[in-house]
Amino acid sequence: MKNKYSIFSLIKNSFSYHENWQRAWRDPEPKSQYDIIIIGGGGHGLATAYYLAKEHNLKNIAVIEKGWIGGGNTGRNTTIIRSNYLWDASAGLYDHALKIWENLSQELNYNIMFSQRGVMNLAHNLHDVRELKRRTHANRLNGIDCEWLNVEQVKKFCPIINCSPEIRYPVMGSTLQRRAGTARHDAVAWGYARGADAMGVDIIQNCEVKGIKRKGDSIEGIDTTKGFIKTKKIGVVAAGHSSVIANMAGLRLPLESKPLQALVSEPIKPIIDTVVMSNAVHAYVSQSDKGELVIGAGTDSYISYTQKGTHEIVEGTLKAIIELYPIFSRLRMLRQWGGVVDICPDASPLITKTSIKGLYFNCGWGTGGFKATPGSGHLFAHTIAKDEPHALNAAFDINRFVSGDLVDEHGAAAVAH
Amino acid sequence: MFIINCPYCGERDHAEFSYGGEAHLVRPKQPTELSDDQWAEYLFMRKNIKGIQYERWNHSHGCRRWFNLSRDTSNDKIHSVYKIGEKPSE
Ligand SMILES: Cc1cc2nc3c(=O)[nH]c(=O)nc-3n(C[C@H](O)[C@H](O)[C@H](O)COP(=O)(O)OP(=O)(O)OC[C@H]3O[C@@H](n4cnc5c(N)ncnc54)[C@H](O)[C@@H]3O)c2cc1C
Ligand SMILES: [Zn+2]
Repeated sequence: MKNKYSIFSLIKNSFSYHENWQRAWRDPEPKSQYDIIIIGGGGHGLATAYYLAKEHNLKNIAVIEKGWIGGGNTGRNTTIIRSNYLWDASAGLYDHALKIWENLSQELNYNIMFSQRGVMNLAHNLHDVRELKRRTHANRLNGIDCEWLNVEQVKKFCPIINCSPEIRYPVMGSTLQRRAGTARHDAVAWGYARGADAMGVDIIQNCEVKGIKRKGDSIEGIDTTKGFIKTKKIGVVAAGHSSVIANMAGLRLPLESKPLQALVSEPIKPIIDTVVMSNAVHAYVSQSDKGELVIGAGTDSYISYTQKGTHEIVEGTLKAIIELYPIFSRLRMLRQWGGVVDICPDASPLITKTSIKGLYFNCGWGTGGFKATPGSGHLFAHTIAKDEPHALNAAFDINRFVSGDLVDEHGAAAVAH
Repeated sequence: MFIINCPYCGERDHAEFSYGGEAHLVRPKQPTELSDDQWAEYLFMRKNIKGIQYERWNHSHGCRRWFNLSRDTSNDKIHSVYKIGEKPSE
């Protein structure tokens, strides 16, 4: 049994100098067979395993991770959470996740530091204004909170934004989703890992999947750096490496994997208590609890698995940041890093069955899947357990690329993160 | 973060170039006879390879001409440069 985290356990453990805390999850060797194997120990994979055990009462599940859990995009993202997407299918998907976020710390008994500090999406030209107002209406029709702020209201809500009409891309208004915000990325992976482990899920780290063994149109098992493991059902949740795993099974996916970068500044006193995104000039900023500004940059255009992008992208983002927030101009940047993001042509994810029986993919979250972590895991678990999609992820089937029924969020919404 | 050797202009910073995606995707000869599945394959499905990829680039801030590269997407090392219509040397 797992000890419950509480004020009492905190006090109790302080007497032993916090040296005797129970392990949050076991470190098992892989068994020779599992009923379900999840490939990829990011937030989405761990959440999938958690809901398979919790909602579908399934046992004998493993999560196989080549590095350490949360070391992929989960631990590299700028943690923006929002659900103000344009299309009905996306609104349903992302708001499902947002509703789970709202109670997740309590449910997992793990502080994921979910903070509903609001997310603003700035408009810099007439087209932005029209697009964002349209999205505000679309959101409201879908029951998602969204407000339009004019320039004076923008200035009032976030005073450090440069609202001068003289700048190259002047601020002409903004949307505001108050229920949106941020969460602590690592804690999400750790909280789900601890919860899944408590229900018997084996979390196997430092174990890379090297091959998928098929017999005709069904699955026999996986080859890993820790040997062959038998299984009939595989859920692949490998983000930027999804195509690599699809290729192992002889499948192709509609994905391109590209570098996406982020950076943080030196820590400063609280200065920005919301999240501000600007798609047009490509600058996103929020402030972490440590005081660092968390800044999201853009993707490079070419495929790369290097986990690093080019300097021009960072430079472009910082130029925009300085113009929008002159007060940051003398700040020094502390760290910069990249992730590999898997992007679909319509910038929407895949939560889908495949032509191979027992092989499922959850991918294509690209630059903006952190916000969907709990909902994605929940719906993917349903898809695997029932061998059919949940109503909320039916539109995110791979067959949309055959039927042409795309969920095109690229141009339509400020979908970058 | 790499230098590209344009077959027409020589070595330049990659920022002068635009990426044109996977190379050697041939447009189907008889489009009217294609099934929806075949269209999906051609339009959307990609190898998205981790390793040596053949890809198109345009020297958009230079001579504005198209050419091909073979590049290792796991470390961004360029292995060869060849002109449109040519076959890669490796
Ligand atoms: C810089 C940056 C900023 C971002 N900002 C935001 C944001 O603000 N808001 C937002 O919503 N989203 C954002 N995203 C996107 C978000 O991070 C991802 O969509 C999300 O975290 C994906 O989670 P995941 O669990 O699917 O993937 P990951 O966390 O990447 O997990 C996949 C795991 O699979 C493992 N794996 C891969 N291949 C194998 C193999 N062969 N065998 C075993 N394991 C394997 C990897 O090691 C990895 O741990 C950002 C991404 C980046 C890179
Ligand atoms: Zn040239």
